[in-house]
Amino acid sequence: MEAYSSLMQEILDGKFVFTGELEPEKTTDLTELVEGAKPLVGYAVACNVTDNPQSMAYMSSLVASYVVQRDAGMETIYQLRCSDRNRLALTADVLGAAALGLKNILALTGDHVSLGDNPGAKSVYDLDSALLTYMIRRMVDEGVDLAGKPIHEPPKIHVGVAVNPNADPLEAEIIKLKRKEEAGAEFAQTQVIYDMEKVDGLFEIYNQYGIKVPVLIGIFPMKNYGVADYFDKNIPGVSVPGELLETLKKVSEIADKKQRKEKYMEVNLEYFEAFVRDIMKSEAKGVHVMAVGYEAMVRELIARVRGEG
Amino acid sequence: MIVVEQKPLEDILDMVKDSDRMLVLGCDGCSGIYQVGGEKQAEMLSSMLKIGKKTKGGKKEGDLKIEASTVLRQCDKEIVREALEGSIEGYDAVLSMACGAGVQTVAEVFPEKLVLPAVNTKFIGMQDREMGDLHERCSACGDCILDETGGICPITRCAKGLLNGPCGGQVEGKCEVGGYENDCAWILIYKKLKEFGKIDQFLKLRLVRDNRISQSPRDLKGGVKYSGGGE
Repeated sequence: MEAYSSLMQEILDGKFVFTGELEPEKTTDLTELVEGAKPLVGYAVACNVTDNPQSMAYMSSLVASYVVQRDAGMETIYQLRCSDRNRLALTADVLGAAALGLKNILALTGDHVSLGDNPGAKSVYDLDSALLTYMIRRMVDEGVDLAGKPIHEPPKIHVGVAVNPNADPLEAEIIKLKRKEEAGAEFAQTQVIYDMEKVDGLFEIYNQYGIKVPVLIGIFPMKNYGVADYFDKNIPGVSVPGELLETLKKVSEIADKKQRKEKYMEVNLEYFEAFVRDIMKSEAKGVHVMAVGYEAMVRELIARVRGEG
Repeated sequence: MIVVEQKPLEDILDMVKDSDRMLVLGCDGCSGIYQVGGEKQAEMLSSMLKIGKKTKGGKKEGDLKIEASTVLRQCDKEIVREALEGSIEGYDAVLSMACGAGVQTVAEVFPEKLVLPAVNTKFIGMQDREMGDLHERCSACGDCILDETGGICPITRCAKGLLNGPCGGQVEGKCEVGGYENDCAWILIYKKLKEFGKIDQFLKLRLVRDNRISQSPRDLKGGVKYSGGGE
């Protein structure tokens, strides 16, 4: 198998990989995004660039992925949702992404548009994440679009998918990963989890179904108590462990800003360093750190678990 | 059957503000069976419109000719023609209480008449008499896969109409759309297929649909045989 991206090369080389996450917002200014990516160069092998997360109408993920790659020198994982585009638009965007030098796509079904900031929008879902994966692999491997029409200079791009170890019933979710693997998924990133029980639960069923696709476990160091509390209350099916949430709450009561910031860092590092070290002993091939806007933490965490910190 | 819901009276009054000679036309088909647009409801609506036109529109009894009638099925051209030919001339508008198909059937049979909708057409319904509820279970997509999905339609019951679910938006079998109250269709399908020992069907990657099958407007030319007046 040929690797077109650094992400895929590292996975194929058997390295334990780290990916980060960047979120373009409702703006035309990408400075913050580019500056946020720069400190992670050399730490994360690539960063996801979200596509209308929670169905918010934000800056194009395709454009942001390209600008981050060009201006920050950070390889990107271009997130692409089926909620907002039919197969023609998706084909066009995949071809465009490849022309701009993007090397990884994360194929997502996408949150329902009625949950976002333009809830009256018409949702598309011509394809789902499995079918988008299938479409991309046909474009790359066979040089044809979904209708079998030949592509002049086919794209060279990898496709990953998402999987949620918090899902209940979990078997249905893992079977869906099996389908995505059949469709051609080359890597998978998980929804945020906080403990090894979830990691082990995922791999137990994963092995039952003979799945081989490399999995990167999603973690979420939390910049402050407000972020943690919001996440705990508003992200369905995911909860921050009570003890960790309590500790972060105590930190939020520290009056001195500098001390508070340092303590947040310390608490996160203590929890997530141990967790990542445990993940490294599992069947996971890497960790996806979804700490948007908390680059210092991501960098320090990766350095520490690599023995550089 | 087709589920319809009466429009707010204010909206109807606004719609018919220029029509004082009006036939309120019920339908004994789906609309009547669900007691939204049958004979009684047509009579009731005609009375309400008269009162509305008098109180809010300043009309007098003598200005108005608002009457109610009902036909067996408004979605059948022959039935509509036979029922209304000869009697429809006296009205300048027909206010139909049938589904959108009924409204348009009357309009096609009597192209010189203004035909207006008194109801909103909602969906193809399944009735739960005990709860008094109506549920959408089929969206007439034209390519039924119920044999593969445990008799549960993902095109209709999955808010995203996914062929390969469940998506990441289900929590404990409930759907992100509608505040986690509705069942996730794909978890229902998973449970049903597992119960039937057919998990291999759940494992199947379903390839893309040819959406031309459900491209509107659709026709079944010569495909429906007239069986004679709904006997």
